[in-house]
Amino acid sequence: MTAIPLQPPRRLVEFTLDGEPVRVPEGGTVLDACRAAGKDVPTLCEGDTLKPKNACRVCVVEVEGARTLAPACSRRAEPGMEVRTDTERTRHSRRLVLELLASSVDLSTTPRAAAWLKEYEAKPDRFGPDAARLNEEPRVDNELYVRDYDKCILCYKCVDACGEQWQNSFAISVVGRGFDARIAVEHDAPLTDSACVYCGNCVEVCPTGALSFKSEFDMRAAGTWDEAAQTETTTVCAYCGVGCNLTLHVQDNEIVKVTSPHDSPVTHGNLCIKGRFGYQHVQNRD
Amino acid sequence: MDLRFGDSKPTDEERDAVDALLGPPESAWEGADDRSDADLRWARGGRAARERRDLLLPGLHALNDRVGWISEGGLGYLCRRLTVPPAEAYGVATFYSLFSLKPRARTVVRVCTDLACAVRGAVPSAERGGAVEGVTVEDSPCLGLCERAPAVLTMRAGGPAGLSPTPPLPETGGSAPGPPNRRSAPRPQSPDRLEPSRTGTFSARPAFEDEAAGRSAADRPTATGHLPLGSRAEPPPAQAVPQAKAPGLILLRRIGVVDPSSLDDYRAHGGYTALRRAFALGPAAVIREVTDAGLLGRGGAAFPTGRKWQATAAQPDHPHYLVCNADESEPGTFKDRVLMEGDPYALVESMTIAAYAVGAKHGYLYLRGEYPRALRTLEHAIGQARARGLLGDDILGQGFAFDIEIRRGAGAYICGEETALFNSIEGYRGEPRSKPPFPVEKGLFGKPTAENNVETLVNVLPILTMGAAAYAAIGTPKSTGPKLFCVSGAVARPGLYELPFGATLGDLLGLAGTPDNLRAILLGGAAGGFVRPDELDIPLTFEGTREAGTTLGSGVVLAIDDSVPLPRLLLRVAEFFRDESCGQCVPCRVGTVRQEEALHRIADRTGAAAAADIALLRDVGQAMRDASICGLGQTAWNAVESAIDRLGAYE
Repeated sequence: MTAIPLQPPRRLVEFTLDGEPVRVPEGGTVLDACRAAGKDVPTLCEGDTLKPKNACRVCVVEVEGARTLAPACSRRAEPGMEVRTDTERTRHSRRLVLELLASSVDLSTTPRAAAWLKEYEAKPDRFGPDAARLNEEPRVDNELYVRDYDKCILCYKCVDACGEQWQNSFAISVVGRGFDARIAVEHDAPLTDSACVYCGNCVEVCPTGALSFKSEFDMRAAGTWDEAAQTETTTVCAYCGVGCNLTLHVQDNEIVKVTSPHDSPVTHGNLCIKGRFGYQHVQNRD
Repeated sequence: MDLRFGDSKPTDEERDAVDALLGPPESAWEGADDRSDADLRWARGGRAARERRDLLLPGLHALNDRVGWISEGGLGYLCRRLTVPPAEAYGVATFYSLFSLKPRARTVVRVCTDLACAVRGAVPSAERGGAVEGVTVEDSPCLGLCERAPAVLTMRAGGPAGLSPTPPLPETGGSAPGPPNRRSAPRPQSPDRLEPSRTGTFSARPAFEDEAAGRSAADRPTATGHLPLGSRAEPPPAQAVPQAKAPGLILLRRIGVVDPSSLDDYRAHGGYTALRRAFALGPAAVIREVTDAGLLGRGGAAFPTGRKWQATAAQPDHPHYLVCNADESEPGTFKDRVLMEGDPYALVESMTIAAYAVGAKHGYLYLRGEYPRALRTLEHAIGQARARGLLGDDILGQGFAFDIEIRRGAGAYICGEETALFNSIEGYRGEPRSKPPFPVEKGLFGKPTAENNVETLVNVLPILTMGAAAYAAIGTPKSTGPKLFCVSGAVARPGLYELPFGATLGDLLGLAGTPDNLRAILLGGAAGGFVRPDELDIPLTFEGTREAGTTLGSGVVLAIDDSVPLPRLLLRVAEFFRDESCGQCVPCRVGTVRQEEALHRIADRTGAAAAADIALLRDVGQAMRDASICGLGQTAWNAVESAIDRLGAYE
């Protein structure tokens, strides 16, 4: 459905992945090779529309000759390198990263988190009942989206999407340091006192549900959110002539959320406030 | 980018502090009060406006130094001046521990509670109690004054009383080296003055001073709440060097001998002979000399300096930068401070040589924010060198142009990591970048950069004056040359010692006076490891310590007697890493917290009662070592691990 722009052919880089020779286009990452080879490497901070930040370290792999593990999402494939994805060391670090996250952050709305915790036999409870958690309350300061930083793994994706990589609004930043670091606007003010333009492109990239549509947040609170019962319809935004693709998430004949296909050559997953949040007129039957 | 600024206005004082750094605003777009007709037609924007982002950190310093904290209005004004989004500037300001975004007293006393001071009786504020009117007291990680432990640093915010700010320098048309659209190189400073005159460097002068408490019980910041606030002369740098004026010293030979403010004195004691030799040899031969001498980096990673220079010099991309890493923050390390305070011209000269070798025209000296005296000394030295043609457009008439800009850190251990330091200079949060690409390829401002530690650079002088062969004959074949050791803790004569590589730990402690009740020695600082008192025959070389399963790190040798319980020191190490983690990657951000929690739980436990938590510590430690982005997380478990395995802590 989406037009794929043609690019000049790229040379292939050949290296060894878990003992098997693999080839990825030059400039590709180890993660690209893993995915092409059908290997399931967990990722959290990696985003298909963003430059790798490699902050979460859940995708680490072992590169022959390296002292430490390397993040698959950002390590460029080099000819002849030997990479192992499923060694005791990689499993250990992935398990610990999952345990450390799950013991401090609410991962209940993170897709696949539960499956990964099970797969890596992670036991987040082992740090004891007194283990420090983020302990943040959801911030509901506008009508459009909610920031529930108790679910934030600090992947930097919202900051990158808001800043120079997409929206250029620079409304949010990581503030503070270490475990106390949080995403916030200047002086930790409400969103309504910030440079936010409510494009919702941060919501689009959030991997944990820390940022969500107000409609989704309210429905989850009411217990009526049911992803299985939702349909997704991709259409074209009717507001202006740019031609952005919208994917309407519909539950019980109501639009509950709007996203955009990440492979759309027009939007790359990004929308403006009208396309993202201005759907109420569709449902207004009066 | 379409910036949105709040309604908060800066006070006159804040405006003055920022304008003193940046000059008056050019237009209402940049925060001037009155809108002129020209403003309606013309606004500076785009790349030209954004390229001054690297002045954000000096701007934050200017506000903090003047008012003592950074207000909404002050930050907003600075953002307007530099076209920086307020959210990003807020993110940067909250990253550094020397800045406060909340009002606080103009006088801030930072009490060191780190290892060397803890061994000498410093207590954290929670146990200290007592408040002093008009003074904010904060706990601090190691202040780098370990030879005078326990230490406090008093910082007084305030205007340049009686001194008018420097008038703005004329804009130059891009002839200045360094990032484009930058004010021209700082103007020469009036000679022979160490007074707080406002120099042309971009760092606003702090009106603060540091004082270390003496060792008498009355001076200690103890439970009485007594803090030494009186202004007292700081002892001369040479007092940190017990070997001062001893024959045979190489790196420390001028300390206590020359007047650190006098360039003539420096030249009379062999100064600038190395630079002349460098010019005679040419850049390639200088690199060859340094490579042949076998010089390894002294900042902790022991990377061959010659290879780093060669790799930088060979990069086709230009400009090349030279960065001196003087952000010495490893607990127990103070060698760079003593070098900079006691022999500042040696650093200026060696930076000039390094820049000549790697083809850099612009050098940055990233100085730890907690080193006000080193800042004063170096600013003076750089001004002097500039006035005498030893820095500038035509050094020694050789047609080589080079200048040095000092940038002050603001309280972040992580900024000693080379790529975090680049981000800090560039005006971003001091978070490490992932490597590759390495700094020699893409470093400061994305350009090829050679970054060296102060001690590493200063070693280049004897290499050039003695010749590579003679230098390489000192020490051992794999660790050549002299090495500085920062000896602190429970020894009779703490201080900075110079020994050739190959001397044993026992030799060094013999010089410093070991106590009878020695319990352990910490090598390499918080990121290093403990060794036992029966391991004094460990040779102090890179390879010798590695074979012994420990590390030399940055040369910290911290002697610990039985007066302080070991679990408390380990807790302090864990607290240090928890406080100093930048928070970027999960293993370090959460792992350092879990490490501290586990050490808290077992603080009073041993044997089987501690076994489960020790297993937990090993699990977390392994993940931090394997999966953290940078050296901070990768080494955050080293000292604790060595205490468990080597010293048998908790047994």
